[in-house]
Amino acid sequence: MSYIGDIINGSKTLLTGMSITGNYFFKNLFTRKDVITQLYPDNMNELKMFDRFKGEVIMFHDENNQHKCDACTNCEIICPNGSIEIVWERVADPETGKNKKVLLNHIYHLEMCTMCGLCIEVCPADAIGWGQDFHHVTRDRADLTKVLNKPGSSIMPGVKEKK
Amino acid sequence: MEQQTFLADKIRTQEYFLNMGPQHPATHGVMRMVLKLDGEIIRNIDPVLGYIHRSIEKMCEHDNYKQIIHLTDRLDYLSAHMNNEAVALLVEKASGIEVSDRIKVIRTMMSELTRIASHTLWWGVMGMDTGALTTFMYAFRDRELINDIMEETCGARLTMNYSVIGGVRYDLHENFVKRVKDFIVHFKKKLPEYDRLLSDNVIFRKRTEGIGYITKEEAIAFGLNGPTGRASGFACDIRKLKPYSAYDRVEFQEVMATEGDAFARYKVRILEMWESLRILEQLVDQIPEGEHRVKTKAVIKLPVGEYLQRVETARGDFGVYVISDGGSSPYRLKFRSPGFANLHGLNKMSIGYKIADLIVNFSTIDVVVPDMDR
Repeated sequence: MSYIGDIINGSKTLLTGMSITGNYFFKNLFTRKDVITQLYPDNMNELKMFDRFKGEVIMFHDENNQHKCDACTNCEIICPNGSIEIVWERVADPETGKNKKVLLNHIYHLEMCTMCGLCIEVCPADAIGWGQDFHHVTRDRADLTKVLNKPGSSIMPGVKEKK
Repeated sequence: MEQQTFLADKIRTQEYFLNMGPQHPATHGVMRMVLKLDGEIIRNIDPVLGYIHRSIEKMCEHDNYKQIIHLTDRLDYLSAHMNNEAVALLVEKASGIEVSDRIKVIRTMMSELTRIASHTLWWGVMGMDTGALTTFMYAFRDRELINDIMEETCGARLTMNYSVIGGVRYDLHENFVKRVKDFIVHFKKKLPEYDRLLSDNVIFRKRTEGIGYITKEEAIAFGLNGPTGRASGFACDIRKLKPYSAYDRVEFQEVMATEGDAFARYKVRILEMWESLRILEQLVDQIPEGEHRVKTKAVIKLPVGEYLQRVETARGDFGVYVISDGGSSPYRLKFRSPGFANLHGLNKMSIGYKIADLIVNFSTIDVVVPDMDR
């Protein structure tokens, strides 16, 4: 008796499970109401990431190709794994004649970056921030080493040098 | 009378060794186990660690306290927020930083969301290990909602890196409360479905009930913790024993079971999701106003001494132990990971059972290999 009872009980639990899966299957056969899967490469154009999404570190530039980085190297110091290298030189200011730090290259190694966000937090001028791009696939590791300041860019007037 | 001999009596059985892993789909990562087998019956298990060792503890000795936090994401990546919180709480306790109620509530809510996300993922993988593929898809469907909440507020889905020393990195997103409320409504409907789909399934019951038995005494002796220990009747919830953040002001039950078998461990985790929902429900309407972050010094130095902070992650009792020599980075830092302690019980659970039962046991202790092998 228990043998037949087991069979009935087993089929019952099987049908309970299948009623759930079947319900979802038929409910979403023609509409995508409950489907949360995104058809990624097809929706690439309308896909919008959240504002705080940490895709990569970028440097903000205005319309005159000017950034706010005064090469204070705070981000280079705080970075736990040395993903940021800052190349700078001292140039005499034409107005005051004092020597001033000028950013040459803000080199960012995306391949080493762990997105901890300490560099962005520590930046006194808010020169760098998060970019939402996540298409980082390349064939060559060296492509991920980026120079954040655009070629020919200069520092925005009015950004004070940090002591 | 001539004694009758059977063929089976003449065949001599011999114990042999079998390598399981490091790249085995059921070992949840790169985990190698050397099994001593008699036929299909397990005689001994010898876990071999070191395949994903990244020397995180040593790296912490070179980093300052702010930089350590992002490394703890990479330990137990499914309870990343609780790991962050442990280090943040330790440094706050040691350097005397007082955080506001808002920070405590935010941290607690994030911890519980992480716990639900971790347990849902575990539920899906548990089904996969016992041969049910549907559970994996359904679990990831519900986990996706938590991932969206995390991504919107913290900026990342898995390695949130949200807790910092003296608060949380960003203030809550304006959609946070609405999304959490939606999630609670959604998940309350889905959890009974989990039970109907897997918990009541007769095949699943036969695979888990009476398998991997471990008594309370053995659980304490082996240092099992978290849901694994609680399934044997060992009250080890740090949220109850040493309340941190906002756990002292919420009402929840420490889920316990006394059976100590694989199904008890399963049951405890399912019921823990209900308790986490209960905590979220209590907190979501009363997030206090205030600042989300206390201003701290640029370089934090801990006074000379030894410090310990324990938190309850999704796997159990996670401890951070720091010896400070007064500098800006720890002299020695030790992570007491719950997964590593739970792994010790695996041998006791599985001896005498078959290999298929080992997979079930391995799944019910909820292993995350980077947590054990730091």
